[in-house]
Amino acid sequence: MPYLGSEDVVKELKKALCNPHIQADRLRYRNVIQRVIRYMTQGLDMSGVFMEMVKASATVDIVQKKLVYLYMCTYAPLKPDLALLAINTLCKDCSDPNPMVRGLALRSMCSLRMSKLDQWGQAEVLNFLLRYQPRSEEELFDILNLLDSFLKSGSPGVVMGATKLFLILAKKFPHVQTDVLVRVKGPLLAACSSESRELCFVALCHVRQILHSLPGHFSSHYKKFFCSYSEPHYIKLQKVEVLCELVNDENVQQVLEELRGYCTDVSADFAQAAIFAIGSIARTYTDQCVQILTELLGLRQEHITTVVVQTFRDLVWLCPQCTEAVCQALPGCEENIQDSEGKQALIWLLGVHGERIPNAPYVLEDFVENVKSETFPAVKMELLTALLRLFLSRPAECQDMLGRLLYYCIEEEKDMAVRDRGLFYYRLLLVGIDEVKRILCSPKSDPTLGLLEDPAERPVNSWASDFNTLVPVYGKSRWATISKCHGAERCGPELPKTSSFAASGPLIPEENKERVQEVPDSGALMLVPNLQLTADYFEKTWLSLKVAHQQVLPWQGEFHPDTLQMALQVVNIQTIAMSRAGARPWKAYLSAQDDTGCLFLTELLWKPENSEMQISVKQNETRTETLKSFISVLETVIGTIEEIKS
Amino acid sequence: MISQFFILSSKGDPLIYKDFRGDSGGRDVAELFYRKLTGLPGDESPVVMHHEGRHFIHIRHSGLYLVVTTSENVSPFGLLELLSRLATLLGDYCGSLGEGTISRNVALVYELLDEVLDYGYVQTTSTEMLRNFIQTEAVVSKPFSLFDLSSVGLFGAETQQSKVAPSSAASRPVLSSRSDQSQKNEVFLDVVERLSVLIASNGSLLKVDVQGEIRLKSFLPSGSEMRIGLTEEFCVGKSELRVSLFPGYGPGIRVDEVSFHSFVNLDEFESHRILRLQPPQGELTVMRYQLSDDLPSPLPFRLFPSVQWDRGSGRLQVYLKLRCDLPLKSQALNVRLHLPLPRGVISLSQELSSPEQKAELAEGALRWDLPRVQGGSQLSGLFQMDVPRPPGLPSHGLSTSAPPLGLGPASLSFELPRHTCSGLQVRFLRLAFRPCGNANPHKWVRHLSHSDAYVIRI
Repeated sequence: MPYLGSEDVVKELKKALCNPHIQADRLRYRNVIQRVIRYMTQGLDMSGVFMEMVKASATVDIVQKKLVYLYMCTYAPLKPDLALLAINTLCKDCSDPNPMVRGLALRSMCSLRMSKLDQWGQAEVLNFLLRYQPRSEEELFDILNLLDSFLKSGSPGVVMGATKLFLILAKKFPHVQTDVLVRVKGPLLAACSSESRELCFVALCHVRQILHSLPGHFSSHYKKFFCSYSEPHYIKLQKVEVLCELVNDENVQQVLEELRGYCTDVSADFAQAAIFAIGSIARTYTDQCVQILTELLGLRQEHITTVVVQTFRDLVWLCPQCTEAVCQALPGCEENIQDSEGKQALIWLLGVHGERIPNAPYVLEDFVENVKSETFPAVKMELLTALLRLFLSRPAECQDMLGRLLYYCIEEEKDMAVRDRGLFYYRLLLVGIDEVKRILCSPKSDPTLGLLEDPAERPVNSWASDFNTLVPVYGKSRWATISKCHGAERCGPELPKTSSFAASGPLIPEENKERVQEVPDSGALMLVPNLQLTADYFEKTWLSLKVAHQQVLPWQGEFHPDTLQMALQVVNIQTIAMSRAGARPWKAYLSAQDDTGCLFLTELLWKPENSEMQISVKQNETRTETLKSFISVLETVIGTIEEIKS
Repeated sequence: MISQFFILSSKGDPLIYKDFRGDSGGRDVAELFYRKLTGLPGDESPVVMHHEGRHFIHIRHSGLYLVVTTSENVSPFGLLELLSRLATLLGDYCGSLGEGTISRNVALVYELLDEVLDYGYVQTTSTEMLRNFIQTEAVVSKPFSLFDLSSVGLFGAETQQSKVAPSSAASRPVLSSRSDQSQKNEVFLDVVERLSVLIASNGSLLKVDVQGEIRLKSFLPSGSEMRIGLTEEFCVGKSELRVSLFPGYGPGIRVDEVSFHSFVNLDEFESHRILRLQPPQGELTVMRYQLSDDLPSPLPFRLFPSVQWDRGSGRLQVYLKLRCDLPLKSQALNVRLHLPLPRGVISLSQELSSPEQKAELAEGALRWDLPRVQGGSQLSGLFQMDVPRPPGLPSHGLSTSAPPLGLGPASLSFELPRHTCSGLQVRFLRLAFRPCGNANPHKWVRHLSHSDAYVIRI
């Protein structure tokens, strides 16, 4: 600690250091500097002579240099502005022919600690550190320990930056990742109830992201995600999504109660979103939800009824156990449905489950009567199929009106698609009723689809690199379209293509560079939906490429090509061609493309005698990381189908 | 990093525009932003928008849009934090943030932006640091007078307040480094709490949530030390074994979580619940805290609604009884009850329990205004309405007890001056600063709770 009298000492030393005579005498100069160091060690505040000491560093005397650098490293935190002056000398020393001087300069430069960074600086450094790959586990945990305090920062930017860094660095330690996500819960929840709606929205998007991997993470805090009437629409919608995802046995009652309140909201859009939300919770808690939805029908409101019926349609397909309850709720709905989507859903339900709904033929008859004034072709198509299906189970009641409908569609209908469908069914009926049954009576539900639609918990690593970026805010699918239009833009701050990277390049060891580049690739495979590839083009490409990967998966027993095709469709893998069901050996050709334009061509070969499936993948660009991700996607799909079957 | 920053008025007129990197578009991006914002479908969020490789991120503050554009995939938390910090900073330097003050102080705002951001990177946002560089004096619309009590308010909450301090005193700009220091030395310390509550139709409490802040606005010379003493029974955490400092003084004032500004020195917090800090000039949030589910005092309001609906005739009768459970000496101000009503409803009559109340039907909802509600009092209103019957609906066979679609939930908004729902109080505010003149610094300590969402299901 400085004590009285140090001012005089400093003044005297300053004078001595400035004295040209002393400066000329190497020994005397060094002596004065030694005195400064001695006082410094005793605890006197010697920061007053910083300027003079910086000047003293420009010397050939290595001993003097060392002393001065020791001084500078001690006082640099107090005099950050003046310490900048020393950088010049240090830089010059770094190119000195004497290796000792070079080493000394480098070491000193590294130990120059300036005053603490403010929150913006911290956030910048945390972001920058994402590029670093620790060399050992020990180093990794040292870094994590150092970063710990940033998780407690008062600035959300710094907390989220630190969280992301933790997630990325600890990618091989899932328990560390979970631990960090537990700690960030408090700050995220605080942001979710922040006065700033913008911050609230961004925090909600990140909560959803975390819920994808840790579904129970926010369950005990479900009340924080209840909507208040004054919130803007986009926040309410996010909150409803979050509520859907965190629902569990303990809170399902309260969450459903809350969502039911939203269903009668004055905003029709919000009410409909709430009804769809109840529908998605119904996949797990079917009975309670179907009861609520049935009650909503009693309100006889158009915008409610149509969405409830659509929810019912999706529900009976995924959860066949609720069919009975839905069939009982349906009568009377037709009075309150006017829009195309709702009509289609109702007609589908009446067609597929008509044998359980006593008045189904009469409701469909109303639609047939009014078919001339029907404006939506999609409704007419649905009506044709539904009536034909119902005809198969209740022929006596339907035969007459089916004839009238077919006549209308073939003779009077202007829409070509509807007319063709009518003709098709007419000709089908001519072939014989057994053939119609074979074609139309497909399964009435498919619970497996639900499993494919919401894939089980995604690993944290699949989104860690997106955390605290714009990706969760836009949503993954919108981000994909944005980054597709602007390919280069996908490089987040962690990617090496930005100009600022050029300056920072040398900081990363050469051998690490490659690994750095891999980071965004791993797990971030994004397959483009609706890829259109002709069979010709596929064949040509397939023949021109070499097999990049081949493996064999076990496959027992029977095989349903349709299920597989549908499952692949869900993950954006297109089927180009496949053998008919029952063929042995059975083959299929698949194609997919990721958002960087890399094509994946795949051959599946099933040999029932060996009970195994052989997969061969070809790639038009050699990129091991994405190939690995692609294979794992493929494995998951095939594995899921295999599991469901058994 | 940040490519551009601009401020738009609520009508979309550009007030401030600055391009930091020259890498994108031009001035028309401001117009583009406003067009995108107004043309956005209702279910999409306007917080982050995208147009041709450029992301727009904005906040709304005091009726203004503060927008940055960037072409990189940046940290949204960081940018939103920067924007709200900029809003505070502009408020500090211009006195208050608003369309008028910004357009009067264009030069000052540009000067500030120049110092805060360089080539799109943040340099510093510290009021203190910036004071060394800012040359422009703030232009204010009218001279400040401590005795101007015509308009009163609280600097933190944008609400009307009881007459504790002149609002304009808090909305003056921080001093520039060169201006004379003879101006008033003042400190404003506000404890502001936002209360959100959800009450079920059977009267049971579903959710209580208090978000509190202690905000400080200081006009003292920077670096002068102050000590803020909080209620001594104050404790943090959910532990059952709560040990208040002075046992026997009843249950502690408890909050679930608390966070402090990095300037706050907590050496005396454990022992005496004292926060020590040397704040820079300007506004600062000293402490934030949250409390859910477990309030020490009863809720300020209880609503007892009764609804009668005759579905056949369409006659709807709503009787609302509002009880204020505040202590007798306290009062609530600007109480407004908002009750959404079925579509197409027509008012027939209303009976209110006192003449100063007002009620009207607007935008499909009932609005009942109670300018002042004394603690312990009870008020009531009886409203008769006519609900048009949807065509084709049978007028018989339906129960009359069920409320019609679109009625409720009721929500209340109010302010509770000199009241904190958590019970947290500032015991004292001591300044170590000794003025050179004879004027002692003025200290204003205020407490206020206001509703965030106070919802009662019917």
